Amino acid sequence: MSTTLRIGRSRILLELRQFFRDRESALFNFLLPVILLVIFGSVFANSEIGFEDVTFTQYFLAGMIASGILYTSFQNLAIAIPMEREDGTLKRLAGLPMPKASYFIGKVGMVFVAYIAQVILILVVGVLFFRIQLPTSPTHWFTFAWVSVLGLLSCTFIGIAYSVVPKQGKGASALVAPVVLVLQFTSGVFFIFTDLPEWMQAFASLFPLKWLTQAMRSVFLPDGAQVIEASGSWQLGWCAVALGIWTVGGFLIALRVFRWAPRGQL
Amino acid sequence: MYAIEVEHLRKVYGDVVAVDDVSFHVASGECLALLGPNGAGKTTTTEILEGYRKADRGTARVLGQDPGSAGLEWRSRLGIVLQSDRDLGDLTVRESVHHFAGYFPDSYDPDKVIERVGLVEKAKSRNAKLSGGQRRRLDVALGIIGRPEVLFLDEPTTGFDPEARHEFWALIEELKADGTTILLTTHYLDEAERLADRVAVIARGRIVACDTPGNIGDRSHARAHVSWEENGHGLSKETTEPTLLVQRLAERFGGEVPSLQVHRPTLEETYLELLKNEGES
Repeated sequence: MSTTLRIGRSRILLELRQFFRDRESALFNFLLPVILLVIFGSVFANSEIGFEDVTFTQYFLAGMIASGILYTSFQNLAIAIPMEREDGTLKRLAGLPMPKASYFIGKVGMVFVAYIAQVILILVVGVLFFRIQLPTSPTHWFTFAWVSVLGLLSCTFIGIAYSVVPKQGKGASALVAPVVLVLQFTSGVFFIFTDLPEWMQAFASLFPLKWLTQAMRSVFLPDGAQVIEASGSWQLGWCAVALGIWTVGGFLIALRVFRWAPRGQL
Repeated sequence: MYAIEVEHLRKVYGDVVAVDDVSFHVASGECLALLGPNGAGKTTTTEILEGYRKADRGTARVLGQDPGSAGLEWRSRLGIVLQSDRDLGDLTVRESVHHFAGYFPDSYDPDKVIERVGLVEKAKSRNAKLSGGQRRRLDVALGIIGRPEVLFLDEPTTGFDPEARHEFWALIEELKADGTTILLTTHYLDEAERLADRVAVIARGRIVACDTPGNIGDRSHARAHVSWEENGHGLSKETTEPTLLVQRLAERFGGEVPSLQVHRPTLEETYLELLKNEGES
């Protein structure tokens, strides 16, 4: 095993320990979707979305899994990295014989493991308390897998790039949380997407979350429910294109703007 | 063989000249202490040698390589203890030291290092819960874990109580005995005197003196201050020949000289005098 991968693996374990031990991060990035699912699932227990007997809770569950991707990757990293830049973590790492790639392997690995644990938790709570039916066909699970991978990669890279926006670690969450909230409100997480004004739908289509929620609905809602989508279809092809563009673009931007030292140093 | 070579180093931030023209050498296995007031250029010089900053002019070589372009193999031979770190708060001492050992090809045994820095009882504590001095000892543990050939210590004992400081000095002396080259920056003159083979005083981005702690600033040839008591009065005299004076006094008193004291300038006084001559204090 190469040094880069060996150190990368050791960093994944370290990152996970820190992720779950930091109470703010564990609550804000990991538990939030489950908490919201319990609240919304209980409040809208009897509302339906207008196709057969599909409940809003089912619709909302897809949105929460998509949001979970955004929380564990973008929100997590865009807040944690500015803190690391400020408290000396990054400076210490830059002074070690650590291949730079190992740091990013650690981040990506942490995001993937945290997301998998989060999805399992969401699904267990959904099945036990809200009578969510899990998909049975392998095609659906395959869609779930590739959408998750592309979603996590794109939002991880965007999070790493966005980490240069907050000037200080302390105020980072105030610059990140509103972005996440606006995307959630406009992307069909808290409201049925087709109930939103068209300009809002068009705005949301520029960002990954709209495509993630739509693709997750294709996994967790009956196939026939796509008639109530804006285009009358799940648009999985377009979803792959949008997430692919964000993944490649996010990677290139992150590579270009990432800094190890605080502003004005190095 | 020099482990560290610095020639005419210069670094400017905007219109502030942080390092003006600094040159010095540190031999392999030697400990050099960089002394100087805040803002004199100590940290900038050190950070250029650690590869964190690029010099505007001059050359720096650490273990024969340019820190600005040297690779990971070079980094694995260095140990760096930076100033005032607050990272790794959610990990325990033990987890941190074990994790950092994994970056180096030939690290020390992590548990032995925890023992050497005196943190055995705190090994399972979260780093955020450590006191200032304990936290500093953790930073030192993480700096030495890789068995460094060159160790950079930037104000390592800030916040230590006297006992911890003496334990720390013993640890550094062990590392010196193992042949580690050490560049120490410190505000404590007793620390420099105890640990350093040579001290370099830096002021306004220039080295104003560089010598052994005993000789710096012509300390060994400086005038001594001899004081004694005679007929109920305190008397004193500045002299370049204190031995001769004491001998004469002894003859005059026919034996013991009451309240005799011979005082040569301490390193601290010499240091302050050097800075005064530079218009620094």
